[in-house]
Amino acid sequence: MRVILQDLLLDSKTIKAGQKILLSGTVYTARDVAHKKIIDILDSNGELPFNLKNSAIYYCGPTPSKPGSVIGVCGPTTSARMDIFTQRILKEGVKFFIGKGSRSKTIANSIKEAGAIYFSATGGVAALLSKTVKTADVVAFEDIGPEAVYKIEIEDMPLIVAIDSFGGNIFNF
Amino acid sequence: MRKIKSKTIISIVEELCAGANFELPEDVLTSLEHKVFLENNIAKNVLKEIVENASIAKKEQIPLCQDTGTANFFVKFGKNVRIDGEEDIYSSINKGVSSGYTKYYLRKSIVSDPIERDNTKDNTPANIYLTLVDGDKIEITFLPKGGGSENASALEMFIPSLGWNGVKEFTLSVVNNKGRNACPPLIIGLGIGGDFSSVGLLSKKALLRKIGSENIDPFYNKKEKELLKDINNLNIGPMNMGGKTTALAIFIETSPVHIASLPVAVSIQCHSCRRKTVVI
Repeated sequence: MRVILQDLLLDSKTIKAGQKILLSGTVYTARDVAHKKIIDILDSNGELPFNLKNSAIYYCGPTPSKPGSVIGVCGPTTSARMDIFTQRILKEGVKFFIGKGSRSKTIANSIKEAGAIYFSATGGVAALLSKTVKTADVVAFEDIGPEAVYKIEIEDMPLIVAIDSFGGNIFNF
Repeated sequence: MRKIKSKTIISIVEELCAGANFELPEDVLTSLEHKVFLENNIAKNVLKEIVENASIAKKEQIPLCQDTGTANFFVKFGKNVRIDGEEDIYSSINKGVSSGYTKYYLRKSIVSDPIERDNTKDNTPANIYLTLVDGDKIEITFLPKGGGSENASALEMFIPSLGWNGVKEFTLSVVNNKGRNACPPLIIGLGIGGDFSSVGLLSKKALLRKIGSENIDPFYNKKEKELLKDINNLNIGPMNMGGKTTALAIFIETSPVHIASLPVAVSIQCHSCRRKTVVI
């Protein structure tokens, strides 16, 4: 089933946990340090170089891109590490998350309450996933190398709907 | 005394960095391919993606995983060999890592300080474990290890009376808790004995064994088989989405130990079990 992020913004209840989908749309990469920096900027009333409202975050730190490539290889990192930031990030209006592995019960609940969705990508298949990235540009924190925020356009990225906005969750915990 | 140029070691290490990160070892790939037929639905699909990914990475000579790891080197250094040049074995390996990770566009994932966290920008320093052996050769095994699976590893100091059951329960709980999010199917290195500082390394060295190889100790051979069955009955499955394949293998290494102690370490390795050995 092909899914476009823009369509999900209109109605997030069109997909359910456990469904295998091919996702397309605009996504921002962010790992631990990027999350911390984003929150520090917001806390000090600063302005982010990109808009979080209705956005999608991909927990990913790609390898450097070879000359001639759009991006290096770019698979998901462990989502649970970002749980400590997720409630705050949801308040900023982020609607979609892509990562790997389960989330805490609290975060699974917050995702449901916010009408957001968490997608799980297969970990360790970064070469395969990189083929779905059509454009990539660094938009923030270039100084932290692999942990910088990239704005990427994905096309038909193979994902599983892991936590849906009905409260469905494919993980036991 | 045989002489080996430090330049030779540096360029061999550069190629090891690329080779190990671009190609899954044959034993790991074969094991994954077999498991595709065992599974259904999501689990089967995940395994298919893993196998396809290995084929893309090999063909295009790009990394299997974006986490190209901490650079671990296990070196068997012959007593009758000497390094010729300005570098010793440690600096030769670090120079090879620095230039290899840069030249082959591998991710630099090492920060110089655990709290300050400034990236060293060339993935050094490597972890180098040196053993002196007979002969005039140097054997270098490279194990790039991702942070996610390393974070799922654990160590415990048990009392001896807990015996094998204590070891078994601990291993199962490590896999069942953090291990499930460390990109299963896993390879598990179980170190038992030694002391607090040596048991972790013992468990990591266990990860160097090939899948399908038998433990030469009959007791632990049997225990490996039993424990693998128990782990695969946890229904964690590939990528924690349910299934029969939670682990591809468990390897046990033991060491003599103090009468008061039973140290146990569980090294968790994700399915992207990258390792490569070169003998110079």
